Amino acid sequence: MHPAPSVIIFTSLSGLGFGLMFFLGLGMPEVTGWTAFWFFFIAYALSVGGLIASTLHLGNPQRAIKAFSQWRTSWLSREGVSAVATLLVMAAYAIGLIFFDTNLQIAGWVGAVLSLLTVFTTSKIYNQLKTVPRWNMPLTPVLFLTYSLAGGALLAGQITMAAILLLVLTALQLAAWQMGDKAFANAGHTIETATGLGKLGKVRQLESPHSSPNYLMKEMVHIVGRKHALKLRAISTMTLGLFPVAVLLFLPFSHALALIAVASHLIGLFTARWLFFAEAEHVVGLYYDKR
Amino acid sequence: MTALPQTTEKKLGLVIDLDTCVGCHACVINCKEWNTSNYGAPLSDIDAYGAEPVGTFLNRVHTYEAKSEGCNAQTVHFPKSCLHCEDAPCVTVCPTGASYKRAEDGIVLVNEDSCIGCGLCAWACPYGARELDKLEGVMKKCTLCVDRIYNENIPEVDRVPACVRTCPAGARHFGDFADPDSNVSILTAERGGMELMPEQGTKPVNRYLPPRPKTDITGEGKIDLLAPYLEPMQEQAGGFLGWLDKALEKI
Repeated sequence: MHPAPSVIIFTSLSGLGFGLMFFLGLGMPEVTGWTAFWFFFIAYALSVGGLIASTLHLGNPQRAIKAFSQWRTSWLSREGVSAVATLLVMAAYAIGLIFFDTNLQIAGWVGAVLSLLTVFTTSKIYNQLKTVPRWNMPLTPVLFLTYSLAGGALLAGQITMAAILLLVLTALQLAAWQMGDKAFANAGHTIETATGLGKLGKVRQLESPHSSPNYLMKEMVHIVGRKHALKLRAISTMTLGLFPVAVLLFLPFSHALALIAVASHLIGLFTARWLFFAEAEHVVGLYYDKR
Repeated sequence: MTALPQTTEKKLGLVIDLDTCVGCHACVINCKEWNTSNYGAPLSDIDAYGAEPVGTFLNRVHTYEAKSEGCNAQTVHFPKSCLHCEDAPCVTVCPTGASYKRAEDGIVLVNEDSCIGCGLCAWACPYGARELDKLEGVMKKCTLCVDRIYNENIPEVDRVPACVRTCPAGARHFGDFADPDSNVSILTAERGGMELMPEQGTKPVNRYLPPRPKTDITGEGKIDLLAPYLEPMQEQAGGFLGWLDKALEKI
């Protein structure tokens, strides 16, 4: 799949933002006044920034309001509804903490649950697609939620929690790559099943239906970027969790070091998310004898 | 609403005969011509006369080669458009309700006034039947020429999809799969009409007729009057050329 910056930024940043909101909603850390303001500012900047980025790839963003209507059937619509619900509920909680020194704990808990629900719905947008076997694995939602929780804990300054979650995340990401590599073959889709010509023998493309790449090929048969996949996986594995955990646990705490840990995690997150799209193979590629 | 209808009264769709299709792309062109000037936004082309032209089409003709061990390779031209699936994954993923499947005839359509151009339906389709129009920013797909098949302003003979009307080889057939006595149902039953990628569970309405087996030209087990005349040529040349060949081999 085409690794469009808009969807990479959307899923990465909004995941982080809602992860931070989850911890803020649970009162971890317990903050009020200006401190609360900055924590909530970061959480809203990430989640809202991510959501705005997601509208950049729309053909007709002026009608985006209609995307809230089909929550009964569409995961994308559910994602929009739960994101807005989360932002509204958390706003009440945040306003209480920042301006009135009042802890509306119920709103915090509800907001925390909604935050995770939003991340889950984001993951389902991709996970539901049978056409992309690498995403169509039960591990995908688990992975998205762990990304959100680990990144959220890191931003919320929950050092021990963050360290544990980052290590779990690294293990899960490695597992997802391993399983993902086999997913397409396991799903059993081949050029023979795609064309129904298997009875005649081995099938190959003799001539392309068009002379230059079309929308389908640009969007779903993205194969150029996979050359360095292995190196990128190694970089992501190191920076995602291992380096931040080493910095957090083995060096004396300072805000500068925490910032380095966050920056490292971001590099790992963006790299892994780029690979999530670039390595995903869509079955339509079979019609072009490409994957 | 983007929920799929439980059942549809009719199941309108196409039978595509892979044995007959000659790969002329006339269906592609007539589809583009009709659909760029009728239902919904036009089908745009970008850089049409440049180095890398790209455009929106609702129908494409692929060409494959199939070959099994010890047999001659076989060329198969393969037109591909929306299969109007009974369990259409493109419809249920739509966040705005723009994509829908009609309960009366099973046609899958896009209401372009509601389409935000997110592209998720194109991701959900295994067959590459949906293309996002770059200029209009809305999703385009085969409408089964809904503006022809019920159109009482055109002669009755023209009330079939443009691709079917134009096919010079008679490789495309339009009809109602819900009616067991329809032309398409009979063709499917007689020729073993197949679904594409059935393992995706989309239950496509359109069916493809597999190429008929080629005539056995080896003549094994049969009397072939022409066989003696078609015996392979002597592989080793005789006479002077044969001597020259052997002499050169030895050097």
